Amino acid sequence: MINSKDIINVVLADLIEKYPFLDSYFNDNDLDISNYMQNTLTEFFSHFDEEEKEDKAFDEEQTLKNLVEYTNQMIEFLGIEEDGNTINSITIVSGTNKSGDEEKFAELKIHKSEIVCIVGPTGSGKSRLLADIEWTAQKDTPTKRSIKINDEKPDMKWRFSSSNKLVAQLSQNMNFVMDLTVMEFLTLHAKSRLIENVDDLVSKIIDAANNLAGEKFDLDTPITSLSGGQSRALMIADTAILSSSPIILIDEIENAGIDRKKALALLVGEEKIVLMATHDPILALMGDRRIVIKNGGIDKVIETTDEERKMLVELEKMDNVIQNLRSKLRGGDILNKNMIKEK
Amino acid sequence: MNLITVSGPPSSGKTSVILKTIDSMKTRGLKVGVVKFDCLSTDDDILYEKAGIPVRKGLSGALCPDHYFVSNIEEVTEWGLSNGFDVLITESAGLCNRCSPYIKDIKAICVIDNLSGINTPKKIGPMLKTADIVVITKGDIVSQAEREVFSSKVNTVNPGAIIMNINGLTGQGAYELSTLLYDEEKHVTDLKGKQLRFSMPAALCSYCLGETRIGESYQMGNVRKIDMEKK
Repeated sequence: MINSKDIINVVLADLIEKYPFLDSYFNDNDLDISNYMQNTLTEFFSHFDEEEKEDKAFDEEQTLKNLVEYTNQMIEFLGIEEDGNTINSITIVSGTNKSGDEEKFAELKIHKSEIVCIVGPTGSGKSRLLADIEWTAQKDTPTKRSIKINDEKPDMKWRFSSSNKLVAQLSQNMNFVMDLTVMEFLTLHAKSRLIENVDDLVSKIIDAANNLAGEKFDLDTPITSLSGGQSRALMIADTAILSSSPIILIDEIENAGIDRKKALALLVGEEKIVLMATHDPILALMGDRRIVIKNGGIDKVIETTDEERKMLVELEKMDNVIQNLRSKLRGGDILNKNMIKEK
Repeated sequence: MNLITVSGPPSSGKTSVILKTIDSMKTRGLKVGVVKFDCLSTDDDILYEKAGIPVRKGLSGALCPDHYFVSNIEEVTEWGLSNGFDVLITESAGLCNRCSPYIKDIKAICVIDNLSGINTPKKIGPMLKTADIVVITKGDIVSQAEREVFSSKVNTVNPGAIIMNINGLTGQGAYELSTLLYDEEKHVTDLKGKQLRFSMPAALCSYCLGETRIGESYQMGNVRKIDMEKK
């Protein structure tokens, strides 16, 4: 922990050498220090006259307080990375449904690299379950559930830290909105996570995304112009490899343009806990277990049966037939009955 | 009564976030009222009324909405107290990026949305930088990566704030926010002598000259009052 006395009389060039992340801090706060690198922080602050301070809405005390806070957060954050802040399991301890009845399970423990599906009609309480996990509920939410991490009561940092969110989300409705190319976008994301070997990581994500989408990425394409399948593939690859969150919630991934089996394998391979809200039989049966939600509570936890696993093989064959017809249509072919017979 | 000031750029989802949060507060038996500040016109009062929440609105017209807000916050507080609210929420649109609507010792929330662009946190002044809680909305329609980058940008300009993601449509996150808002110890009885966290953008009244104290005796020049009797 540092305090303001430690930094106010340090020359800016030295300060930035010691804490490189402060470079982007000054930039993001619209403070141009380029002509003051050989001055101290105090000298830099005092070069603003009253009018300039007023126009820029600059408050010395506030800025210094934030600078110290930010530096301490970063020191702590970088420290955490070294310690290996790993999550091996989360446990949901039962609460009640909307009517106040107890949920019909005691504890549900989910390990990393495990896929658990969530099924139930719209409005049944899927969002609440997710919110409970994200908030690391301690019997203090409407469901009275509690969440344990690595079998222990979790650190409260999960609730409020902006850089250590527990749950990352991927859904059908998500789009890219930034005006950046694929390359710029991935670099920006990596930098925001203070990753050191940005280039290696970016190429790893591109390889993974190419593997999912089938269509090759052009790194200079604006992310807003990617095809549906490419966007989805990039989002999944980026979330798997670059997101800090150990738990990933997937809200229905569509079939178009990406290989969903590979997508799940990628997430699981990166040691994520995957929760998937889906009613698609192929996806649902890929899970090890599925949680059935009714009336705001967990009604059942079903293990995928052997018979279901065998059915999955059949379902995948059916899916292949449809995929095949889809690509024939795309290629301008005429369909015939033989195409739906199993090969 | 707890007083909470909510502010944020237009259409960032302030009303949705407040409505969902009040839902959760009501289940805990809290009586909540809202005063909505806007510039030319607003229909948000109808939304609050529909939800059964006592509401008043104040339109600043040609005045800077921030100045109008601070000139009226005392009367607004009195209205809340006389109605016996446990919590009074003021909602004001931040119409310029230099807005500075927060009061020292009064909980301040800034609502900002993921669609507003990656450089927006840098562009917004005291409204974002001095808030206690920053609520980020519309996370359901942008990618995970953009959410992470956006919240890291917010963290850089206001590292001390609690940053929360709330979905204004489903209310995901609003329950959690509601738990941070009501404080048994933090009752407001009077705003006299309290100060703004930061001076407001200049216009043509005593606050333009740097006045930060609240109270009628400090108000000179172009001051307009809400009619609290009028619904």
